Amino acid sequence: MPEVAMKVFRGDSSGGEFVDYTVDADEGQVVLDVIHTIQATQASDLAVRWNCKAGKCGSCSAEVNGLPKLMCMTRVNSFRPGEPITVAPIKTFPLIKDLVTDVSFNYGVAKEIPAFRPRPPEADGRYRMMQEDIERGQEFRKCIECFLCQNVCHVIRDHPDNKPRFYGPRFFVRLAELEMHPLDTEDRTELIRKAAGIGMCNITKCCTEVCPEDIHITDNAIIPLKERVADRFYDPFRWIFGKLRA
Amino acid sequence: MPEYETHDFDVVVVGAGGAGLRAAIEASARGARTALVCKSLLGKAHTVMAEGGIAAAMGNVYPEDNWQVHFRDTMRGGKMLNNWRMAQLHAQEAPERVYELERWGALFDRTKDGLILQRPFGGHRYDRLAHVGDRTGLEMIRTLQQHAVHKGIDVFMECAISRLLKDGDRISGALGYWRESGRLILFRAKAVVLATGGVGRAFAVTSNSWEYTGDGHALAYWAGADLIDMEFVQFHPTGMVWPPSVRGILVTEGVRGDGGTLRNSEGERFMFRYIPEYFRVETAEAEEEADRWYEDKVNNRRTPDLLPRDEVARAINSEVKAGRGSPHGGVYLDIATRRPAEYIRRRLPSMFHQFKQLADVDITTTQMEVGPTMHYIMGGVRVDPDTAAATVPGLFAAGECAGGMHGANRLGGNSLSDLLVFGLRAGAGAAEYTNGLSNAPAVNAAEAEAIARDMLVPFERKGDESPYALQHQLQETMHNLVGIIRTEGELQRALVDIRELKERAERTGVEGNRQYNPGWHLAMDLRAMLSISEAIALAAIERKESRGAHTRDDYPETSRDWGRFNIAVRIGANGEPTIAREPLPEMPSELRALVEQEVKIGA
Repeated sequence: MPEVAMKVFRGDSSGGEFVDYTVDADEGQVVLDVIHTIQATQASDLAVRWNCKAGKCGSCSAEVNGLPKLMCMTRVNSFRPGEPITVAPIKTFPLIKDLVTDVSFNYGVAKEIPAFRPRPPEADGRYRMMQEDIERGQEFRKCIECFLCQNVCHVIRDHPDNKPRFYGPRFFVRLAELEMHPLDTEDRTELIRKAAGIGMCNITKCCTEVCPEDIHITDNAIIPLKERVADRFYDPFRWIFGKLRA
Repeated sequence: MPEYETHDFDVVVVGAGGAGLRAAIEASARGARTALVCKSLLGKAHTVMAEGGIAAAMGNVYPEDNWQVHFRDTMRGGKMLNNWRMAQLHAQEAPERVYELERWGALFDRTKDGLILQRPFGGHRYDRLAHVGDRTGLEMIRTLQQHAVHKGIDVFMECAISRLLKDGDRISGALGYWRESGRLILFRAKAVVLATGGVGRAFAVTSNSWEYTGDGHALAYWAGADLIDMEFVQFHPTGMVWPPSVRGILVTEGVRGDGGTLRNSEGERFMFRYIPEYFRVETAEAEEEADRWYEDKVNNRRTPDLLPRDEVARAINSEVKAGRGSPHGGVYLDIATRRPAEYIRRRLPSMFHQFKQLADVDITTTQMEVGPTMHYIMGGVRVDPDTAAATVPGLFAAGECAGGMHGANRLGGNSLSDLLVFGLRAGAGAAEYTNGLSNAPAVNAAEAEAIARDMLVPFERKGDESPYALQHQLQETMHNLVGIIRTEGELQRALVDIRELKERAERTGVEGNRQYNPGWHLAMDLRAMLSISEAIALAAIERKESRGAHTRDDYPETSRDWGRFNIAVRIGANGEPTIAREPLPEMPSELRALVEQEVKIGA
């Protein structure tokens, strides 16, 4: 059984450091397996979040050798043998302990987004939607809320004070999904412009690059939302018409 | 004396998967002050991993489908041990629960007419599963979660419940801890709804996540409620087998629903040799008919690849034992030669991704290696079908931790619908119960303190037993001795092992402090896993026949006598488990006629 050298961040909000562990790794193991081995044999109190271990729940986000990853989908043999693998918590959210961070910011934002409000059903009580009309929405609903896109978004990663004014890519995806839902009747354009702060995104596509579900966050969600906001608030004809009506 | 914070609610729902979320939404809608308590972050519960779909007889693909056919399939799939009233309510109400998800924003795959598309699955007569590719569970949990956050429900994330509290016979609350800080937390509650899922983590090869430690089963059992059907543990026929680190991860039945077939090392579609008498009239005996069935379910019989899960898991087990397995101890699941690559990627995107990333296998060109994995427990808290009330007043249960609905074997797709139908009923049952109470139950402070002290004991003793090592040994015992094929001798040995592990678990010590300490959390989860593993072994010893998922090598026949009883496990006065045979409720004759009716295929 080959040995793997690991450098795992250990610590809490008061500080911490990388600790070296050497672990036996089975064939085909992922980084999360190695973390579990450390837990079971060397550090029983090593804190880590995980659930499905199959890339479906988005719990085990971390920075592996500096890259934002799901630990359960990152194979140990994808790294150069002999070199240590560094595992650190995601940076954008406050550290709780070891690899676990406080992601409650995201749950707060989720609550602020006005709920889905469907139009009334058809005469037979059913809704009819064509597959091609829901495919974009289905792409957005693949999101597993791993928050890796939030983690790499420099608007909040480098400037935490922006958090109260910026929802982040995960929630632009959510807003785009609602806005493009064939049944939804709620108008969220003002919220997208103001509370969600979409204008602060300067489309560097970092979020798209790290999405484990391959959602085209920038092209399919953020840019169309920016266009909606521009059409509503910055179209000169609409602006004059709005003033006259008021 | 240990400190704890205190909260007051009418209803506390434990578990935030499909059943817990639906229960909390319903209890709250009926005016109950409702707490939703979950071990993980919201939206990460095991429901998120469900792949294939939600079984509901909407008749969008086959107008011939209706609740009666669904009821019949469910009862026969459960080898008639199901609680008939639960199976009836489930079949009748599942369609409305699916439409409700659509009204709350879910985007299911569509038929050409724009209705909700339905796919075929094991044991279901017609295409019945509403789905979103192979990530239906994610769609369901996200829809419920996004609906729930606007409903004024107080959510306690990463908070685990260790024990229920009682005032006399009635539930009065629950005591638990915050995973993040390790602080203890007391809920004073008039009613508790358990929706904690199953106990897969007691088995070595499982599709279940870490949370599946039998918490709800154990909380109910320790509080004096009945558990039934605990001998019935479902092994899903198709889990990944290679590489070792992914062993057990689920491969959806949808692969077979969408055209995949099982083959042995000789390339033979071996399931045709394993058609049991019970399903012969509705199962295709020739490959040609089986393949036609995918296109025309009215005039052809179902492929044996989609026999109920217990049948397929046993068949795979036999092929491997006979030396016709794959190199890593499974069999082959082939969709690559049967469907175009584009179709496979569209219908089964997560399966494509999962095999590519974890096993370097491209399922559009290569066969998968698969084998049985512990997936689900049919047994659980015995409940009243209409209200989901357990045998302890104020206690309710829904979803996997409740028993009765699925009998001796659950059909694929019937779990997600179960969560919705009985989640709602449990939430309603709990809210109505609290409305009807004339005086609120009181928490006994001395009882709460004793439990709190007990929770913190592992920090005080410098025990030499590691909770990780004990869990590992339990998993080996359950896998090797309480697996797919069982015998009296092995089950008795398992019982001895489990009891020894229980004693050793009393000597576990943990390192570090109370802040986010997985070793301590596991030490507590281990108590639940051990109690429930013991219940499984006892019930498996008691049932001296083979039926559904319970296969006894020493009692291979299905017995008419045993078909009249559920086995109940409950805690005795001395704290040890006791076993009882409980007669099945009598099924009304019109429902019996539905089940016994011969199925007619073709004109």
